[in-house]
Amino acid sequence: MSTELSFNRRDWGTQPPYLHAEYKSTARRGPTRPLVPIVSSLSEVTGPVYGHESVGELDSDLTKNGAKDGEPLGERIIVTGRVLDEDGRPVPNTLIEIWQANAAGRYIHVVDQHDAPIDPNFFGGGRCLTDADGAYRFYTVRPGAYPWGNHFNAWRPNHIHLSLFGPAFATRLVTQMYFPGDPLLDLDPIYQGTPEAARGSLVARFDIETTEPEFALGYVFDIVLRGRGATPMEG
Amino acid sequence: MALKQTPSQTVGPYFAYGLTPEQYGYPLKSIAGAEMRGPDTEGEAVRIEGQVLDGEGACVNDAMIELWQADAHGRYAHPADPRSSNAGFAGFGRCGTGTDPENRFVFETVKPGAIADGHAPHINVIVFMRGLLTHAYTRIYFADEAERNAADPVLSAVPAERRDTLIAARTEDSGQAVYRFDIHMQGENETVFFDV
Ligand SMILES: [Fe+3]
Repeated sequence: MSTELSFNRRDWGTQPPYLHAEYKSTARRGPTRPLVPIVSSLSEVTGPVYGHESVGELDSDLTKNGAKDGEPLGERIIVTGRVLDEDGRPVPNTLIEIWQANAAGRYIHVVDQHDAPIDPNFFGGGRCLTDADGAYRFYTVRPGAYPWGNHFNAWRPNHIHLSLFGPAFATRLVTQMYFPGDPLLDLDPIYQGTPEAARGSLVARFDIETTEPEFALGYVFDIVLRGRGATPMEG
Repeated sequence: MALKQTPSQTVGPYFAYGLTPEQYGYPLKSIAGAEMRGPDTEGEAVRIEGQVLDGEGACVNDAMIELWQADAHGRYAHPADPRSSNAGFAGFGRCGTGTDPENRFVFETVKPGAIADGHAPHINVIVFMRGLLTHAYTRIYFADEAERNAADPVLSAVPAERRDTLIAARTEDSGQAVYRFDIHMQGENETVFFDV
């Protein structure tokens, strides 16, 4: 079935490579052979569609969705921004899923054995849909740094994991948002695995306008998904 | 293009409570799971199972696999498909490899139809895991579709000696069709990954 629609390919000047020696897990897990270019068809320009029915009332407020008998500990923050494509067009009604460590740097995940406290009032997962302008908004707490086994004294910078669908299978993106001024960024092989020119786009911007008085600090993180291709393809 | 793509980053080892919470027993509703088929879904019921293997042949227990497929008539449940499916089949599934005793992903779905004449039925796959800075795209084709596989434009563009890495073998388990699709990240039988 032919299609009028296509999407730009991944920009390898921006996207990290599969093999990045400093991030040790890539050595046995990253594909080593050249990717085979695909002839774009309906399979790539369609993708899963999730609407309002998939988002619960508290899903975008991580300060409330795991609360049992109080508020989570830590610095309350707002994470907001717009999802756009490469041509600056908003990506409306797309699902964003997030997960993160608590303020002490501990995940609820059973495999996380970091010796830092679990917060009984913080779960750390959530989701929301972008609105008609591509805008999204989460309330959460600032995640703590945590150690990992990549090398001696390795610590992940403060970060929030984000997963986005966008309009198609081709636009799928899983990424991480970092915080400005974090000294661990210079030492983190995952952040550093990204081409230098693009790294900065993974760091949110502190914004006093977004900050809510007496309540929470505001961070702005815009996300750019692959844009529509210039030439229609047959498939 | 005015803006640069946001770089991908690894899903990390702790994605399960955010992306596949019900499968792993966390208190958040999953948007999608490994049961893609409902009691009323049209088409042949099939199970898709396999392991993700690293460059040393070790089974990966912290990968997440996503499937995206057409319905039994070859239609995608998406507005870009003009024949858009209304059969109540979303066509999307997710499964982590951390809950099965053999660290398999196991999906219950239906065999998709071909999206058009000249194409072979296939399922689109995305592989995520700790250690993958960017997700990997591949496709599952079906061993019992040799004739249509031979004509498929995507499979034909793959070097002949590597095509087998994309073809799932068919077996049966208590009368149900099972397709086995192991994903080799590296090595002699490295699975073909696509520049989608
Ligand atoms: Fe993390």
